[in-house]
Amino acid sequence: MHRKCNGEAGEDAKMNHAIISIRALVKIYKMGDVEVHALRGVNTDIMKDDFTAILGKSGSGKSTFMNIVGCLDVPTRGQYLLDGVDVSSLTKDQLANLRNRKIGFVFQSFNLLSRTSALENVELPLMYNKKITSREMRDRSLNALEAVGLADRSHHFPNQLSGGEQQRVAIARSLVNDPVVILADEPTGNLDTRTSLEVMAIFQKLNQKGITIVIVTHETDIAAFTKKNITFRDGRIIRTLEVEKPRNAMEEAATMPVMIEEDEV
Amino acid sequence: MKLKNLLIAALRSLAKNKMRTFLTMLGIIIGVASVIAMLAIGQGSKQSIQAQISTLGTNVLMIWPQASSTGGVRMEAGTSQKMTLEDVAAISDRCPSVAFLTPQVRSSGQLVNGNLNWRTSVYGVYPNYFEIRNLKLMSGNLFTMNDDRSATKVCIIGQTVVTNLFGADADPVGSFIRINKIPFKIIGITEKKGQNAFGQDQDDMVIAPFSTVQKRMMAITHIQSMLASAISESRIPAASQEITDVLKAKHNLGPSEDPDFTIRTQTDIANTATATSGILTILLATIASISLLVGGIGIMNIMLVSVTERTREIGIRMSVGARGRDVLLQFLIEALLISLLGGFIGVSLGVLVSQLIAGILSWPVTITIQSILMSFIFSSAIGIFFGWYPARKAAGLNPIDALRYE
Repeated sequence: MHRKCNGEAGEDAKMNHAIISIRALVKIYKMGDVEVHALRGVNTDIMKDDFTAILGKSGSGKSTFMNIVGCLDVPTRGQYLLDGVDVSSLTKDQLANLRNRKIGFVFQSFNLLSRTSALENVELPLMYNKKITSREMRDRSLNALEAVGLADRSHHFPNQLSGGEQQRVAIARSLVNDPVVILADEPTGNLDTRTSLEVMAIFQKLNQKGITIVIVTHETDIAAFTKKNITFRDGRIIRTLEVEKPRNAMEEAATMPVMIEEDEV
Repeated sequence: MKLKNLLIAALRSLAKNKMRTFLTMLGIIIGVASVIAMLAIGQGSKQSIQAQISTLGTNVLMIWPQASSTGGVRMEAGTSQKMTLEDVAAISDRCPSVAFLTPQVRSSGQLVNGNLNWRTSVYGVYPNYFEIRNLKLMSGNLFTMNDDRSATKVCIIGQTVVTNLFGADADPVGSFIRINKIPFKIIGITEKKGQNAFGQDQDDMVIAPFSTVQKRMMAITHIQSMLASAISESRIPAASQEITDVLKAKHNLGPSEDPDFTIRTQTDIANTATATSGILTILLATIASISLLVGGIGIMNIMLVSVTERTREIGIRMSVGARGRDVLLQFLIEALLISLLGGFIGVSLGVLVSQLIAGILSWPVTITIQSILMSFIFSSAIGIFFGWYPARKAAGLNPIDALRYE
């Protein structure tokens, strides 16, 4: 099912289309006197329309990698180009702006604001973009909710939604600012198998529409729904695989004992 | 983030913890309310003192001769006999800021009407004394300057004298009384004026023409004091200066020499009397402000708890693009809302309490716009000051740590 390919993922040919381009990325944390080498020279490219899974055991550096890719953290050394912008030298505020305009986050624990409706949760990233009018904000948020099949739940609070629904709201939130890449950190970690399939089905659908997605996971069967798997160990990429025939989450979910309705996904 | 959205977010998060928000606000409410009430009481007592001072008359200046001294032995103030009617004439002629001027002598008199008698002060003045002191007649007429020139034995008496010699509610105009055995015709009765600022009964006196008292009762040639009024409140200092110059010239005193007289103005008296209540007001307001300060510390405390509690929310907001200053503003606006809302309720409560004090204890209270504005400004300043540190702390959070926070 997997085909091993060149470690320096097709650097030459696809360079122009790379959304994320990372060269010799090093991240060192200083814990008192001890230096922790979280990333020890990572090179990779993530192309437009890619659906990539980052695999690795805990402590392998995959979370640190995601934090840097997500502009939440800056590398100690190395170069990171996001959509052509060199992120390594930006200030905190510039990083915040970049997160606001170019990145969508999905977390393992959903991270929705409690006692805030689904719609308002989705609106949140747009609130920090002064160029967007309230009207536009509402329309775009409703569209995003519709894209994840939750248009009818827009006024529900997170505690009135199931885990799968909450994660779909989170996905809608990550979509709403029209990002160049959606980063999902263990998006199915808190979900059961069936809802995991639902969520992966949404990701696959979004990817088909042309959205670049990177997910971090430690489950190989979740990674099998993606197009490309990157495996981390000890702060280095040890393997990059193109998935030859990704599994189809929608079809598999349909064969599960409890049916999910077509229009809900 | 737009201001409207910031406000909505702040209001919502305050509404999430209604009880906590209210208790935090309570500190500010009590602080502001007590500042308002204390200032109202202070202002009220100041104004009532000023109102009493104003019963002295309008824009009044009092001129006394200095103490006399004979061979180095100094007598009490006002004993000098250097002040005469010539001085009065000179001031009348040469002081444009002086509206009215009257010489004044005061004698003590035993008043007798039939089998009733009463001892009181008898003032000898010109008729314009009534203008200066704002005295009005309840019945009868004023004496005239002619009465003064001929030293007519007529008098005008106060309410207290009427009550003691004729009984309450009597109208003895036209009756005769004897003052120190001299018969006087009562030609008028003054309106009730009540006590002055120093507790003196202003209705316990007899007013007669100046010469009548000076010559017939006291048999002196000098005058004991003068009473003048300036043409307007702003001209009081000018009037005082003009009188000083004229009297110094008249008494052959050089400009650098000390005057042999004293001038006190109504403003001086009012200032002295209100100084005490001013100190009291400051004291009360200071104590009240301390409670406002404690309220501010309460805000800081709760905002710090709130920042810790909402670390994850801050992380989420930062991950979707909130900058440090967006988070700072959000928390600052929350603190400001608490203090402003508290300030508003506090002002209302303070006004209510002041009215209650006025109603139940019948204390004079005055609420000024300044004290309300000051409380508002002070409480919002406290909101910003005490909200700053927690907000700063929130804004400085690292998004990764904040997202991981449990």
